[in-house]
Amino acid sequence: MDMKNVKNAMEKKMKEFEEANYVGYDFNEKQRAGSFFQKDNEILLSKSLYEGIEILAIEEAIKKYPEVKEKYYGKGFEKISIDFEKETEGGYFIRVKKGVKVIFPIQVCLYLKKNNFKQKIHNIVVVEEKAEVYIITGCTNAKETENAYHLGISEFFVHSGGFLNFTMIHSWKEDITVEPKGVTVVEKDGIFVSNYISLKPVKKITMYPCTILEGENSKARFSSIIISYPNSYHDVGSKCILANKNTSAEIISRSVNYGGTVIARGHIKAISPYVRGHLECKGLLLTEKGTIYAIPELETLYQDVDLTHEAAIGKIKKEEIEYLASRGIPEEEAQSLIIRGFINIEILGLPDIIEKEITKILNKI
Amino acid sequence: MLKIDNLSVKSGDSVILKNINIEIKESERVFIFGPNGSGKSTLIKTIIGISNYKILNGKIFFKNKDITELKISERAKLGIGIMFQNPPKIYGIKIYQLAKYLCKNENEIKELAEKLRVDELLRRDLNVDLSGGEIKRVELFQVLLQKPKLLLLDEPESGVDIENISVMGKTLNDYLERGNCSALIITHTGYILEYIKGNRGYVMIDGKITCESNPEKILEMIRKYGYEKCEKCYGKENEGI
Repeated sequence: MDMKNVKNAMEKKMKEFEEANYVGYDFNEKQRAGSFFQKDNEILLSKSLYEGIEILAIEEAIKKYPEVKEKYYGKGFEKISIDFEKETEGGYFIRVKKGVKVIFPIQVCLYLKKNNFKQKIHNIVVVEEKAEVYIITGCTNAKETENAYHLGISEFFVHSGGFLNFTMIHSWKEDITVEPKGVTVVEKDGIFVSNYISLKPVKKITMYPCTILEGENSKARFSSIIISYPNSYHDVGSKCILANKNTSAEIISRSVNYGGTVIARGHIKAISPYVRGHLECKGLLLTEKGTIYAIPELETLYQDVDLTHEAAIGKIKKEEIEYLASRGIPEEEAQSLIIRGFINIEILGLPDIIEKEITKILNKI
Repeated sequence: MLKIDNLSVKSGDSVILKNINIEIKESERVFIFGPNGSGKSTLIKTIIGISNYKILNGKIFFKNKDITELKISERAKLGIGIMFQNPPKIYGIKIYQLAKYLCKNENEIKELAEKLRVDELLRRDLNVDLSGGEIKRVELFQVLLQKPKLLLLDEPESGVDIENISVMGKTLNDYLERGNCSALIITHTGYILEYIKGNRGYVMIDGKITCESNPEKILEMIRKYGYEKCEKCYGKENEGI
């Protein structure tokens, strides 16, 4: 295919899956380490652009590598004694080989197209010893899709000294139900950073993944930004188990509610002494119709731990709007500036390239 | 420029300002003195339109236009700028972000930031983790970028060290001189008077103007006798003496 045809084919795809462009998926694949694209139950693309990174459909990976079943598939859920849906179709297997470090993110798009379709997938990410990777996953649907459902089962394994920065962007519509379920296991000196962003209306999202910091000195940071609308229901949070000494976790959540229901959870549990954890949960309720229910939980089995939390929910302070208005900024604009500031994505600590993507998305809402 | 006509204001259940009349002409600098809780800040916040303060009677005119019912942002756009005593912390909005909103000329922003020694603070969130003196300098920085024709300054020098009072005082005076700008300035310490020459001073006690004179003279009296004398003066006035 000559360059012109490649360009045309790409433009066609960008048009066909237009919504994918709004969840950080770049069809140009410039500045990407690899791509995975699944439409309903159909895997359209699984491609690595970087040596040392494998991206396969999960079924293919299970066939090709016996260790996937032996070491990874279902093993995360076993650790927390939770059952999971086995009847899945598709999903990705991403493995970053030992010592491989890549700055550009791997991009994933999980796309719903058919009406009333139930997309059920199983994903596995393996970050081997001292490897480093960024993954940006966009989950979305075609404009015309009705009453679809997405169930994403995810198991992430960060081996010794590994680093995984996983950003998930949800962009659904009013009649879509979503239930991601995930477990992450982090070994000695490993770091797991999880960012979750939901900016569009949705019928219902229930998501409460669990991370186990199993190895000494391992760390995790979870940040979430949720914008809720009338008739949207978000029950979203993170749970982190501090299972070895010198492990630490931080959970930060920001929700802006225009009239939906937001349940913002966070749970840090210490099952080892000498651990640290902090939970910060803030919510802005912009109408009288919505609900924000913040549930920060701290739990310890030991005395020698440092666990803290802060939570604050309420409306925008009038004093702040009036202060900006006194600088000549119209009151309505002042309010949206404050909301933008509140959901300041700098708290996510993303690499520039992903931050730019998300700023683009935020500017469109 | 500004005319306050028989203004009475309440906050909650208490009447704070009682029948205030003040007029400030173009390029005039007017100082207000008074003990804590006398209503000075309320006056300034009412002029800009802060909603905690309800006007019971009276009107506020700016450039001959009745602004009593105008929105805050509209008052600011007409040319009123305010420097708050205790501005709110606003997370996620950077000082430079607001500066760029207020002034399109990057060089001008840079120059003023250096002059007021806030250039190192521009990437901070608004009023977050700033010292008392830094907050004042950032307030002055913002309000001067607005290029107002009337400056309302609520204790601009409180909490500022001597060296920075000098920086602020000179910058302020320079702006007032060059821009033919009027100012209504609340001061406790009077340090700012060393840099800005006042046309008139008022003493406010218990929500009323009790004295009108040369600001240096008023300050001298307050330094000598405290507000006690002013209160007595007020008492006499009430008795019709």
